[in-house]
Amino acid sequence: MTVRADTSVCIGAGLCALRAPKVFDQDESDGTVVLLGQPGADDLPAVREAVDQCPSGAIELSGD
Amino acid sequence: MTGATTTPDRAEPSFRLPLPRPFFDRDTPFDPPAALREQAAKGPVAEVTNGEGTKVWLVSGHAEARAVLSDTRFSSDLRRLVSRMDGLTDEQRDDLMSEESSAGSFISMDPPDHTRYRKLLTGQFTVRRMRMLEPRIAEIVDERIDAMLAGGTSADLVAEFALPVPSLVICELLGVPYEQRAEFQECAAKLLALDVPISEVLTLRDRLQDFMRGLVLQKRRAPGDDLISGLITNSDLNDNELVNIANLLLIAGHETTANMLGLGTFALLEHPEELAALRANPELADRAVEELLRHLSIIHAGPSRVATEDIEVGGVLIPEGSTVMISVPAANRDPGHWADPAALDVARERGPHLAFGHGVHQCLGQQLARIEMTIGLTKLLARLPGLRLAVPAEDVPLRTDMAIYGVHALPVAWDAP
Ligand code: HEM
Ligand code: SF4
Repeated sequence: MTVRADTSVCIGAGLCALRAPKVFDQDESDGTVVLLGQPGADDLPAVREAVDQCPSGAIELSGD
Repeated sequence: MTGATTTPDRAEPSFRLPLPRPFFDRDTPFDPPAALREQAAKGPVAEVTNGEGTKVWLVSGHAEARAVLSDTRFSSDLRRLVSRMDGLTDEQRDDLMSEESSAGSFISMDPPDHTRYRKLLTGQFTVRRMRMLEPRIAEIVDERIDAMLAGGTSADLVAEFALPVPSLVICELLGVPYEQRAEFQECAAKLLALDVPISEVLTLRDRLQDFMRGLVLQKRRAPGDDLISGLITNSDLNDNELVNIANLLLIAGHETTANMLGLGTFALLEHPEELAALRANPELADRAVEELLRHLSIIHAGPSRVATEDIEVGGVLIPEGSTVMISVPAANRDPGHWADPAALDVARERGPHLAFGHGVHQCLGQQLARIEMTIGLTKLLARLPGLRLAVPAEDVPLRTDMAIYGVHALPVAWDAP
């Protein structure tokens, strides 16, 4: 599974960093999403929750 | 102030009250109004005629609400509606459309203008920044509880706790002197009435702007270690922009969380099993907060948008120029999305509720609000043993007359130590 993050649409609401802090952080200056790394199997439920709740559609999980 | 008390010779247009009254009248304190439930049961998107003859598209389905809020063809610039408002004088219309009135108010802007302002602020409201405030917020909460305990074994929880906690927090963050709260709290309280005549809106807006302008000028001369000073130093915002942004943060930052704390406590006290579950397991606090946000949906009159073209939502065509109102209370209880939506379940699996909106305008202060609620509710339950209502539940005054729902007062009592 691969996570992609698009900072151009991100509005910095921070739900990703709240739900999956091992995978997502936020930029210090403008609050947009920072991808810390690709999720391990353990992180997937939290990442799915983040993707589901992200208000801007900036993060995406794809692959098998 | 005197202008607001003169009786107009005919009904002045109301600034808000997008739907007929029954859509805001509650038969129970925690559930959406019966008129709204009936409307939502008929379908997720429908046109509703307001008493004044204006029409509003009401979006009550969860998927449809998300679709509207994430589609920027639905504009947040509600000034587009002002031009069509009957009964305004030209002067009032010009005033509402003026640069001074709207500069920096990004809650009513669309991308790319909205994006520019929002990105100036999001760095200040990240999850990490807000976590750093946790110890100070805990201190503020403890101080308020100490004061309640020192005052005896009963209090109005709204006046003594729910309103002061978020007001103190946002004042400190922005660098607004809390001693001057009487001025902005009074303006905000009046401005947020559902049925407020335009002339009064303008008067109150002027008062709030004057209040904040003084503060901005002071900080330009002697910047402090606060968010407003930071914006002055690190951006090229002009005074009108600074004043309106600061007022938006000040009002959005205290009236909302205050009502979640008041109504949330009331809801827990009226659901003893849920209260007991939370007391027994404070680890549930995070989930309980999300569930209270969903269940109570205090933003009950919007968010609203204007369709900038013909757009189909949920199989219904919304014509260009239409006013569209999202019903957060209805969407947050859409049976097509939530299992047993009417139940308050503090252990409910978290889901994408719409209490903070969705899309590019989703609440900027949500991480702050979550922390204030989690710490506030946890400490209330831990430190006020036997917390209970001091009046019958029917006597708790409900904010059915306000744009942000909640309780006007919550008389509570607790056991003597
Ligand atoms: C429980 C408490 C809160 C609730 C229920 C709430 C709800 C909302 C909602 C529904 C919106 C979206 C409006 C729209 O789409 O037009 C919003 C936006 C906003 N909220 Fe909150 N809010 C809360 C707390 C706060 C706090 C503590 C702040 C303090 C900074 C804040 C600041 C804002 C701002 C600035 C916006 C505009 C964002 C934008 O347009 O990009 N809110 N809020
Ligand atoms: S949840 Fe979405 S919008 Fe919010 S910070 Fe993460 S990627 Fe950006």
